Amino acid sequence: MSFLTYLLSGVSLGSIYALIALGYTMVYGISRMLNFAHGDVIMIGAFTLWTAASPSFFPGNPGLPTAVSILISILVCTLLGVLIEKIAYKPLRNASSLAVLITAIGVSYFLQNIALLIFGSDAKAFNSVVSFPGLEIGGMKISAETIVTITVGVLIMVGLSLFIKFSKQGKAMLAVSEDKGAAQLMGINVNSTISLTFAIGSALAAVAGILYCSVFPQVSPYTGAMPGIKAFVAAVFGGIGSIPGAMVGGILLGIIENLSKAYISTEMVDAIVFAVLILVLLVKPTGIMGKKMTEKV
Amino acid sequence: MKKTLSASTKSNLITYAMLAVIFAVVQLLSVTGNLSSLVSGLLVPICMYIILAVSLNLTVGILGDLSLGHAGFMCVGAYSSAIFSMLTKDVISADLLRYVLALLVGGAFAAIFGILIGIPVLRLKGDYLAIVTLAFGEIIKVIVNNMYIAKDIHGVHFAMLTSISDMGLDEGSKEVILNGPQGISGTPQTKSFVIAFVLVVITVAVILNLINSRTGRAIMSIRDNRIAAESVGINVTKYKLMAFSVSAFFAGVAGVIYSHNTYALQATTKNFGYDMSILILVLVVLGGIGSIKGSILSSIILISLPEILRDFQKYRMLIYAILLIVMMIVNNNPVTKAFFKKIFGSLKRLLPKKKAAEKSSEVTQ
Amino acid sequence: MTILETKNLGISFGGLRAVDDFNIEIQKGELYGLIGPNGAGKTTVFNLLTGVYQPTCGTAYLEGKKITGKKPAEINKAGIARTFQNIRLFSNLTVLDNVKIGLHNHYKYTTASGILRLPFYFKTEKKMNQRAMEMLKVFGLEEESGYLASNLPYGKQRKLEIARALATEPKLLLLDEPAAGMNPNETAELMKTIRFVRDHFDMTILLIEHDMKLVSGICEKLTVLNFGTELAKGPTEQVLKNPDVITAYLGE
Repeated sequence: MSFLTYLLSGVSLGSIYALIALGYTMVYGISRMLNFAHGDVIMIGAFTLWTAASPSFFPGNPGLPTAVSILISILVCTLLGVLIEKIAYKPLRNASSLAVLITAIGVSYFLQNIALLIFGSDAKAFNSVVSFPGLEIGGMKISAETIVTITVGVLIMVGLSLFIKFSKQGKAMLAVSEDKGAAQLMGINVNSTISLTFAIGSALAAVAGILYCSVFPQVSPYTGAMPGIKAFVAAVFGGIGSIPGAMVGGILLGIIENLSKAYISTEMVDAIVFAVLILVLLVKPTGIMGKKMTEKV
Repeated sequence: MKKTLSASTKSNLITYAMLAVIFAVVQLLSVTGNLSSLVSGLLVPICMYIILAVSLNLTVGILGDLSLGHAGFMCVGAYSSAIFSMLTKDVISADLLRYVLALLVGGAFAAIFGILIGIPVLRLKGDYLAIVTLAFGEIIKVIVNNMYIAKDIHGVHFAMLTSISDMGLDEGSKEVILNGPQGISGTPQTKSFVIAFVLVVITVAVILNLINSRTGRAIMSIRDNRIAAESVGINVTKYKLMAFSVSAFFAGVAGVIYSHNTYALQATTKNFGYDMSILILVLVVLGGIGSIKGSILSSIILISLPEILRDFQKYRMLIYAILLIVMMIVNNNPVTKAFFKKIFGSLKRLLPKKKAAEKSSEVTQ
Repeated sequence: MTILETKNLGISFGGLRAVDDFNIEIQKGELYGLIGPNGAGKTTVFNLLTGVYQPTCGTAYLEGKKITGKKPAEINKAGIARTFQNIRLFSNLTVLDNVKIGLHNHYKYTTASGILRLPFYFKTEKKMNQRAMEMLKVFGLEEESGYLASNLPYGKQRKLEIARALATEPKLLLLDEPAAGMNPNETAELMKTIRFVRDHFDMTILLIEHDMKLVSGICEKLTVLNFGTELAKGPTEQVLKNPDVITAYLGE
């Protein structure tokens, strides 16, 4: 394979990371919390699609068409995201970050173990949602999944940026992440804005989960953990709280991961990705596009 | 003026008394032959978990920083000590001496890693610290799984990212010590409950004494208010590093217990990865953040229960996860807090005030 | 003898000059007031003096030695202690422990002797307890020594913060709105305490305050800040008569 192929599949993987990282970054921006369970929402999304589309698992399910299954998966995740926020995070809005973080870890473990009880620990074969063949340009093969992930990724990112910049709800999100109290005084419904943020983040996670499992065609209760953590690395890399940062960070991380897999070592790739995180935090803790936040004394 | 026991001294005495009772009960059961093989096999691991939980509590409860890399330090301790024991098993014939040295080697290596990791990482706060310690734990696991160490007549050989057969060893005298992902097999075993229990007592004593000293106060002042701590001349970095490295040292010691209780040592997510770090965190949180007694009790209960009740095993992590969420909400949400205060108000007055007792220090009147 | 001297101290946050060209000279034993309308940059001056912020220009000297560029802990060791506008106690520790943490750099033993409980540990801890109780007595807090700091009433929390700052044996004590949230009786008592601290500990004090009764009652000299710059300075009565100061406070 050529350098260009690696690069392209890196961009593809990076687009998935970017979609997940967007969820992290939006939630972080608005609630100042690291939603540890975000990675597991990806897994739930992939499992929902798998359950909906496969004829055997759910009794009486003939196996729904892919498009319907995708929609169900996105819906389930959106609902799940909102529920998680309402049940677990909302009561802790003024609690210490330690308490919130431990709760988020609890939610993450809860989702993983629920999936474990329902689906078992064995990985299930996941049929790619992409059904058309790949391209071949000048001897270079590009898989259909690569094309779809990059296209979907770019479309969503552009759409989301426009939504936040121009829609009323998007502006409300910006206001709430800047100052909850002031936003409330301006007549913004803080609770519903936070819910909306979790909803969008989780819907993106569902899309990311479906794409991820189409590229690496299997799903298990542990599927979400690694991409989840790596996407967090991407969000930090780009500057947590920054939406363009999450996109740039995600794509860069995907490229770094694929190129080090190709040219350094397959075994060490996770270590390299994490080393990137540590390096970024040492050199520029605010990431590529993050804002500096100082504590008021 | 009369000297009275302070609240913290009293609390510490209860902790030691509790440990003494546990030891007596276990010995009594084992002498009378009432200890099933299942339970006796659990004794050393439970000691290990107590050490892990108590030492993590130093970071989470006393320093107030969330570390998700505790299993990584345990991994460093396990591997470094197992390598040490493998290399010296023909040189040092006295098992106990070799084990004691292995404990020191494992603890020291873990502490050194703690300092090396701590220097860059402890500047970060909250979420960042958690994720970076997690990342370090994973890096350590990946590196260990790609390390190869072998011995032949020419000496000890070390290599990364290769295989034993590619290391050009002398076939006749070749002795594999660490074989990448296959890990280490044949580490001399020390499965004594008494030794493990002594280690528990040492860990508890060191950490309790540390908490009730000048150093411990400095560490807790950082937890309560970093800016105020700096304003009264506390060197924040120094004391954070100290707490972090002591915590890592004992995680390393727990790793030594693990590797000398496991014939075939391998690094997986379950034993040295994220899963393990979370399990230790669960022990700390459910026992009560900042409570050493609580960490001891929760380790005993939460580790032995699923082994004894096999049906419970399947739901174990699910239930722990729910407990974790419920505990956090109950303890940190003003509404639920007030609600429970109302219900348990009368009950609480009968019980000794745990929080105040734990955190106060000696008062001489 | 000059305790504190600053030369052209200033800081800007993203282009905004929060404090500009701040010059002050405080003599040993003085009770000096720093006043000004909200947002004038008073607390920022404290943060510059204690190393919480690094100034963009200018230098501060404590007893002639440069302190600018040092970290907060080093500046405390050099001899400046402070309290905070929004009280910052070690809330999960006892009242006694709060003061003992203030004594941290004056009563020392190694971590090892603490862990091993060597005789020196007990000896030093005893001395620390005695000293801390003495400090608490000065502020009438000896009864509450075993309470958690967070359980103290508001007024006593402010006093504890001063006791903790004094425990670090500073040469200069900075008090950030010590009377904030106090009723007139408590304020009157606080004035007595501040005077007592100055006389008893031979302390030099720089304080920020909005309560004009307190300021005119105990401060010997004043500096008035407005929009980050010095509006007036000098002996209290003189400054309070200054028409510019009156305008800044009451408007045109």
